[in-house]
Parts: sequence; C-alpha cells; structure tokens
Amino acid sequence: MNLWRKLACVALAVVVCASLGANWLAPAGYEKQYREATDAPPSHAHWLGTDELGRDRLARVLYGTRISLLLAPAAALLSTLMAAFVGGLAGYLGGIWARLAMAVTDLCLSLPWLFLLITARAFLPLNVSPLISVLVTFLLLGLLGWSTAARVLCASAASLRSADFVRQARAAGVSGLRLFWIHVMPNLKPVLYAQFWISIPVFILSEANLGILGLGVAEPMPSWGSLLRELEGLVSVREEPWKFVPLVLLVVVVMSFQLLLSRQQEVPA
Amino acid sequence: MLKSRITGHALALVATILLGGFLSATLVRLAPGFDAEEQELDPHLSAESVQALRATRQQDHNVWRFYFSYMNRAAHGDFGTSLALAQPVRTLLRDRAPLTLRLLALGLGLAWVAALSFALTAAWLRISAYDALTTMVSGTFLCIPAAVLALFSVLWNVPGSLAIALIVFPHIYRYARNLLAKSYSLPHIITARAKGLGEARILFWHVVPAVAPQLLAVAGVSVSMAVGAAIPVEALCGLPGVGQLAWQAAMARDLPLLVNITILVTLVTLLANSGADVIGLMVRGQKS
Repeated sequence: MNLWRKLACVALAVVVCASLGANWLAPAGYEKQYREATDAPPSHAHWLGTDELGRDRLARVLYGTRISLLLAPAAALLSTLMAAFVGGLAGYLGGIWARLAMAVTDLCLSLPWLFLLITARAFLPLNVSPLISVLVTFLLLGLLGWSTAARVLCASAASLRSADFVRQARAAGVSGLRLFWIHVMPNLKPVLYAQFWISIPVFILSEANLGILGLGVAEPMPSWGSLLRELEGLVSVREEPWKFVPLVLLVVVVMSFQLLLSRQQEVPA
Repeated sequence: MLKSRITGHALALVATILLGGFLSATLVRLAPGFDAEEQELDPHLSAESVQALRATRQQDHNVWRFYFSYMNRAAHGDFGTSLALAQPVRTLLRDRAPLTLRLLALGLGLAWVAALSFALTAAWLRISAYDALTTMVSGTFLCIPAAVLALFSVLWNVPGSLAIALIVFPHIYRYARNLLAKSYSLPHIITARAKGLGEARILFWHVVPAVAPQLLAVAGVSVSMAVGAAIPVEALCGLPGVGQLAWQAAMARDLPLLVNITILVTLVTLLANSGADVIGLMVRGQKS
C-alpha cells in the first residue's frame, strides 16, 4: 500500500470516527437553535459558527456526515445486489436473457443520471418527514444506480458460464439455480466488492447534487447535500470560509475512496 | 454486424418512444385535475351542456385509448400542457432548447479540447510530475459535486458553459489519458519512436486510429454527462434552459412536463450514443 492510500485510509477513519462520535462531540444535537446567535462566526461555543437558524454548524456537519456515510454504503449495497441479480443471472443464463438484460442496462446507462433521479424524486411527495426523505433519497439512489455494475457482472458471469469447474458441476448433475448460487456467485464476489466500493462515492456525490437542488434530505435532518445549500447565498469565498467545511469533508472522503479504488478504476473505456 | 447494430439502436429508440409515451400518458391521466374542466364552472351552461362536455372527455378515461390519442398528438408535436406554467410543453421546449444546446456545445467542446490537450501532453512529455499534477487536478474536479461547481461559477461570475466543461472534463481526461498511455506503450509505436519518426506522424498515423473507436464511445457518454450537468448549472446559474425547466418541473411536481423532458433528453442521449457507436464500428471496419 503506497503512501497516498495509507493517507486515504487514515482520512476515512478519522471522518468516520468523528461522525460516529457526534453524540459526544456535539451533545446538543443538530436541531437545537441558539436564537441569540444566528449566522454567527466560529467561537468557543460554536467551533464552526451557526447557520441562519442558529443551529450549531459543527453538530450539523458531524450528524450530516454520519447520515451520508451510513446511507451511501446502504444504497451501494442495494444497487450491487440488484446488479448481481440482473447482471449475474443474465450473464449466467446467456442467450436471449443476456441480450434483453443488456439492452435494458444500455438504456439505463444512456439516461442522464440526474434527470432520472429528479424525475423519480418528483414522483414522491416533497413534503414528507425528514426521516422518510433520507430513506427515499438513498433508496432511489440504490434502485437507479445498478446499471453500470450489472454490465460488469454480466460479462464476468458470462465468462464463468463456460469455465471448467461449472461444466464439471453441470456434468455431475447440479441444477441450474444451485449451480448459480453455489458455484457462480462465490466467484463473482471480487467483482461485487469492487462495484460496491466504486458505487459509494458516486452515491455520496449524487446525494450532494440532489440536496443542493432542494430535492434531497428534508430539513431539519442534515446531510452533506443539504449542508452545501448554504453555499448558495455566499458572496465571497474569503468572507465565511468555515461554510466550506462540509465541502472540504466531502471532497476528502470522495477523494479517499477514489485513491483506494484507483487500481480498479484505471480500466480504459 | 453494422446493419444489426443499427437495427438494435433503432429498436431501442422505438422502445424508448413507446414506453416513454406510455409513461407520459399514464402520468397525465393520473395527474391531479385531469378530470376537471374550467368550462363546467360556467353558470351559463345548462346541465345537458355539462353532461355533453363530460361525455366528450369520457373516452380519455381509458388509459390505452388515451395513450394512443396522446401518441398521435405527440407525433404531431403536441406534448400537452405544463400544469405549473400553464403553457404548452412544445412552446416551453422550443423557447429553452437553443440556450441549452449552445451551453452543451460550448461546454463539451471546451471539455474535449482541455482533456485531449492534457492527455496528449502527458503522453508526449512522459514526465511523471506533470502526469501526477494533471491527474490530481482532474481527480479533484471529479470529487466536487456538479452543483457545487455550478455555485462556484455563479460566485466567480464564470459562464455556465465553463462549469459544464469542468464537470465533464475529468471523466474524458481519465479515459483519454489511460487510452493514450496504453497506445503509446504498444510495441509498434515504441519501435516507430525508436526509429525517429516524428511525434505528429506517430500521433496521426498510429495512435489516433488505435484509440478513435474508444474515444468515440466516450464522446457518446460525454453527451449524457453534459446533459445531466445542465440541470444544476442552469438551475443554480439562473439560465433559462431545458435543465432549469426540468428542475422547476420537479420542484412543482409538474409530472407531465418533467416526463416529457426526460423522454426527449433520453432520445437525444440515445441518439448521441447510437451515433458514436455506429461511427466507431465504421472506423473499426475501415481499419480491418
């Protein structure tokens, strides 16, 4: 492991630990309003100042980080499982199934991701409770983000279909579905793991985009997307640099993921 | 091979139009206020007239019948009326499409020029520090949400097309750099270099033919990326294009408008991808 990857691991560990320790680092919570100090600059009481409603920015950043870092992997898990089901099964079955699945996958891949997300998000009520909005946002990300992984898994499963051990198992009388679960799926694990980790930064960025556009997590629940909305009213970068902390954290986390995954991503088009 | 691929793309386009049309028709049918008619509130109308009005709309209650009439109208360019803006979808799209197309063309052009320039200089110079620097810069842009780049473009008064270019650039650069690095390490290119062949001749005679099909595939995908980037850029920069219209429709839950836009945008991106794929196949065919 080179130095950059070690640094990425340390950065991720620090951010994850800080977000998990939000209850101790910011015991007042992300909702509490300090009405005598709205939109205040950093101070001893509020290390990152307060937002325009007087809520402690550090608390919101910590809790928002926790939400984004817990739910992005959950969405990645969902999309990877869907991809395993669609891509893996289609690749294993081959023939018309593989062609059909790949046609659907190609169609999904050619759809502009953000258009699809805002359309799907608009189908649901915008005035739902904050908790539901968090779950809906990440559920949508998980449900719509399976196509890239499905393509990779289909190709991997197709290559396994004609492998010697699969042929041997088939000759020994192992049935279709059992063959898939016992012999093919375990061999797809490395691809599944890679796709899972690759999806996490993609979902973090997608949630941030949705949040900034006002279609993500509902107030008062914080997430990186909703925290970044504060940048909308900014007049100058130098004026209130502490408002960039959520962006810096997001960039550090996404960059750490990219560094850790750089070997898998260096595949030509 | 080429014929079957073109047929496949044509089928995908037809399927998208039919499925998308069905989705639009269903949504318009289910949208709130579908059954309401302002004329019914007119006190001058008799009960028989109101009944007659309702009877004319009765045929629209059947989703399938409504679908066919919707598709028929869509084929003639009538995509219905926006619920939130109370204007025909066609007029809204016609007014806003030119700005989005200009933005996309400029953004994509800038992104491709920058990505190819950096990738080529990295491949030519072969200086690890330069390669690391350009990779780091593009990697940083890759880690910033598109909407934040759009916000920065507002903050620094930068044109929206530059924001789109910065959003698309790192994706193209990464692929172009990998492709060029791989091509420049091919044995026949190393031999050509060793024999003292000029860099321009190596590039245009050996490298470009090898990477052109893959780069064309990326060109198709980059259109999708740029179209997706148009939403945050137009919405946050206040540019009245199709992206901003889609965002406004999403915020107002104007589903008929939003679904119509999504279908049209999908068709555009499908056409771009299909075009890139077919041209790539033709280039491969010429090579072999």
